Amino acid sequence: MTETTDDESKKIPPQQAAGKTAAEGPKDGPDGSGTPRQPAGDAEPLLRVRGLVRHFPITKGLLKRQVGAVQAVDGIDFDVRPGETLGVVGESGCGKSTMGRLITRLDEPTGGAIEFEGTDITHLSTGKLRPMRRDIQMIFQDPYGSLNPRHTIGGIVSTPFRLQGVEPEGGVKKEVQRLLELVGLSPEHYNRYPHEFSGGQRQRIGIARALALKPKLVVADEPVSALDVSIQAQVVNLMDDLQDELGLTYVIIAHDLSVIRHVSDRIAVMYLGKIVELGDRQSLYGAPMHPYTKALMSAVPVPDPKRRTDRDRILLKGDVPSPINPPSGCRFRTRCWKATEECATTEPPLVALRTGHQVACHHPELKPGESAVPAGAKAAGKAATDG
Amino acid sequence: MARGHRRRIPVFSYIIRRLISAVILLLIVSAVTFGIFFLLPKLAGQTTDQLAQQYIGKAPTPADIAAVKKNLGLDKPVYEQYWDFLKGIFVGVDYKFGPEAARCNVPCFGYSFKTHIEVWPEIQSRLPVTMSLAFGAAVVWLVSGISTGVISALRPGSIFDRLSMGVALAGVSLPMFFTGALALALFTYQWPIFERSDYIPLFENPFLWARTLVLPWVTLAFLYSALYARLTRAGMMETLGEDYIRTARAKGLHERKVVVRHGLRAALTPIITVFGMDLGLLLGGALITEQVFSLQGVGAFAVQAITDNDLPKVLGVTLLAAFFIVLCNLVVDVLYAAVDPRVRLS
Amino acid sequence: MTDSSENQTEPAAKAGKAAKAGKADKAAKAEKAVKAEKAAKGSEAAQPAAAGAAGPPTAFLEVRDLKVHFPTDDGIVKSVDGLTFSLEKGKTLGVVGESGSGKSVTSLAVMGLHRASRQQRSKVRMSGEIWLDGKELVGADPDEVRRLRGREMAMIFQDPLSALHPFYTVGQQIVEAYRVHHDVDKKTARKRAVEMLDRVGIPQPDKRVDDHPHQFSGGMRQRAMIAMALVNNPELLIADEPTTALDVTVQAQILDLIRDLQKEFGSAVIIITHDLGVVAELADDLLVMYGGRCIERGPAAEVFSAPQHPYTWGLLGSMPRIDRDQTDRLIPVKGSPPSLINVPSGCAFNPRCPYADVPKDDVTRTVRPELRQVAGGHFSACHMTQEERERIWTEEIAPRL
Repeated sequence: MTETTDDESKKIPPQQAAGKTAAEGPKDGPDGSGTPRQPAGDAEPLLRVRGLVRHFPITKGLLKRQVGAVQAVDGIDFDVRPGETLGVVGESGCGKSTMGRLITRLDEPTGGAIEFEGTDITHLSTGKLRPMRRDIQMIFQDPYGSLNPRHTIGGIVSTPFRLQGVEPEGGVKKEVQRLLELVGLSPEHYNRYPHEFSGGQRQRIGIARALALKPKLVVADEPVSALDVSIQAQVVNLMDDLQDELGLTYVIIAHDLSVIRHVSDRIAVMYLGKIVELGDRQSLYGAPMHPYTKALMSAVPVPDPKRRTDRDRILLKGDVPSPINPPSGCRFRTRCWKATEECATTEPPLVALRTGHQVACHHPELKPGESAVPAGAKAAGKAATDG
Repeated sequence: MARGHRRRIPVFSYIIRRLISAVILLLIVSAVTFGIFFLLPKLAGQTTDQLAQQYIGKAPTPADIAAVKKNLGLDKPVYEQYWDFLKGIFVGVDYKFGPEAARCNVPCFGYSFKTHIEVWPEIQSRLPVTMSLAFGAAVVWLVSGISTGVISALRPGSIFDRLSMGVALAGVSLPMFFTGALALALFTYQWPIFERSDYIPLFENPFLWARTLVLPWVTLAFLYSALYARLTRAGMMETLGEDYIRTARAKGLHERKVVVRHGLRAALTPIITVFGMDLGLLLGGALITEQVFSLQGVGAFAVQAITDNDLPKVLGVTLLAAFFIVLCNLVVDVLYAAVDPRVRLS
Repeated sequence: MTDSSENQTEPAAKAGKAAKAGKADKAAKAEKAVKAEKAAKGSEAAQPAAAGAAGPPTAFLEVRDLKVHFPTDDGIVKSVDGLTFSLEKGKTLGVVGESGSGKSVTSLAVMGLHRASRQQRSKVRMSGEIWLDGKELVGADPDEVRRLRGREMAMIFQDPLSALHPFYTVGQQIVEAYRVHHDVDKKTARKRAVEMLDRVGIPQPDKRVDDHPHQFSGGMRQRAMIAMALVNNPELLIADEPTTALDVTVQAQILDLIRDLQKEFGSAVIIITHDLGVVAELADDLLVMYGGRCIERGPAAEVFSAPQHPYTWGLLGSMPRIDRDQTDRLIPVKGSPPSLINVPSGCAFNPRCPYADVPKDDVTRTVRPELRQVAGGHFSACHMTQEERERIWTEEIAPRL
């Protein structure tokens, strides 16, 4: 943990253990769980997002003239590689859910581009989106609200087949029962109604529905946050198994940093509509470079009462500013203990300071020997586009 | 922490905005009403000649008809006629038809050629009756309906609750002409407690004013208090389950204060909306009640106008009703903003 | 702390039968429910006499064999079914459990919030004892408990937006809380409100005091809620999931604030949460609830370092931990939490417990385990022997966390 303690400001090293993993990281390579699905770095991305923007206009008066905009997502770039899990974390209002709705095209971006398997889907019409809908599916947070209470489980899970006009091999019913089994439910549940199921089981039903058409990309928005702790683990493990079994690619959006670390290969940290840091799990959790990421991690309560005393934490002041009027320059500067004049005037670009680890900060937290300047303009440019 | 979107919009500007939209709404309603009433005969195949004929006596000459048509502007396109109508409200209209002439004074809301009267003064003379009826009944049903609803909500399943909700169901389902006739039969004819009499203005004799109106009030309020009791009960039950009620109790507040200060205030806000609508509708004339109790109010006037197929009168009453509804809704909006601070923003 | 004693009162059982019969015969359902209710009223009256066997306790807060049951058409919901614990001033007790474990019902019971209105009283059946500073609350007159509420004991709720009244300003609500228990004029009370807002870290408190709750951010609202709870210097503060609705960085601020305030005021704090991390931040003692009963309790350090119940292991194994090496897989608990109407016989956890067959003679499915002392203040309700539990923990569970 030497790499962060030399920092002169008033905060502390991240958790010992996490740091240890990072220290080991370079020697051992990716850890056990990541290995099988760790994709090759330069594979063609499944999803490519460039300069994605979504502003929700605020109108006023009878004439509905626009007086401002909620800058929910304000220019983000990232790639999702086939077979990986990209985790997206951030606090409420950071735009992570909006981002999820944009990449599944449940919402239309204000600007930027989304490419899925090389096809630009940014502004496709509903009709033209239909074939793509088979490949991108979404899992929602609320297992209670997202299932129609009047339909049977069979009806809910077979909806995608009907919408897409697909007749699976062996008939719809057989396929639905297979899916139910796949997610750990009994095929006999086919004729039951959602209210007969517990929260965890409903989330399984939602997953079965999402998997019906064998999608390539599954976007899960807070898939476990409404569930009890013991149930959360069941669903997390299920999603993990399904990924191995079906070769799925996940984008998992969550506010819980522990869950995100557990499920993701790479993680994007969002703050006020921007990605402030994006990197491999090892690197990002082991030695976060953005002060915000560091503060977030130190704020996670840890189930170990001994730790209470021997660890300081970074206590951020105040709340997240409004996305209607975000601060100039770096958006985190109003709460950042490292902020300087430069932060108020110049917006820091997202640049790769380590291999596979980008950060948008003028004063990143560095390990000894690292440079705050990207190794070379070329290298940085390449890293930025490759993710 | 400075928060950009925390700008407060003053209540005053809120009211102004509501006022402007109310005026616009009134214009639209009047235009549509006007359009319907003056296009309908045409759609039914009546020529302007036939229309004009209605305004004159029995055997008009073609010259008379032409004169009337010109004078009334019957040949003009509908929007010009509508403009003339609007203008009439502010400057009045002079009519000449055949040998006769008439002046419709400001504000001219139409002139009945059949009965040769101006619509506005007629309505004006009847308004106090309708207003007395509507406001009086409103007080009765608000007091009885809300208190019944609150007590029922506090003791769901109790005898009081079941009884009052049973009566409420009857109140909602029994037609007004039945309850009204029953009330008359019992309290005017069987036991003459409330003698039948014409309307007596409030300022002439408040006691007699009230006595004439007690039965209509109660009859009318019976229907509405039933509705309001059910609304209040449902609203109260929902509100009493809210988290902030639990917070109020956790403070150690007396249960009575919890119910009134925290529960009732929140439960009543949706009722304000319904009340605004109901009162607005009633001010446009309580048709059946006025008929049953032979009150010469706006409602009776409207019924008469429809029976006589006297379009100017019908138009006048319709506009009045629309005016009251828009006005009441305006008041509701302003009240709402006063009660619920969240409405003021947006 | 004393062990929970087992003396189920008879009227309760009868009412249970009535409710079950009502379920069988749908036509007579409503009628029977009314009977059950009446039986409930009868039992409520009878219980204070049955309780009070042991006399007043020494601890500041002591809960003895607390039962909170709600008769419904489908049967009796046994939200809390025999709970015993105690808490001293200046200490923090963490109550952990999943939804339906009875943790929130317990806190509302201590506050007397199941019996605040006539309607509530007709729906709940409570027995056992709650001693707060030498006063027994279960059998006490509800109005007497009301006067303690807000003054001696106060509560913070999960979602501050819905827990604050949307129509009144934050100041008005704090002033109200103060004036219920203090006979002062509005101006004095307002000064006190501003002072409290300042104390909980709200900037420009003299201005924000006139704002409505919706004008506050989530974290600020929870601060205001805390200010309101502490305005009368209560000796017992109950925080029910105080940070669940908040972001991580704000959660850290609020936990910090609660810790500071406790140090300053020296009150007893009960923190109720599903998040073991939050408890670890604050609690001195820990109480784990499952199916309406306590299955493990003890000093937080011990419960975390050497948990003695398979459910506690399950909770620890279910949550990914940011402070440990990355694990390959989480160790979830199979199945779902039990229905409180049909709590499994024997140990309520038996259908989900991987070790249910370790004790002989199927005892886990027939006999309800009582809390037994492990060491010092550490208790656990499990049929396995201590040796078995310690072996499983050290050999099978701990290495995988």
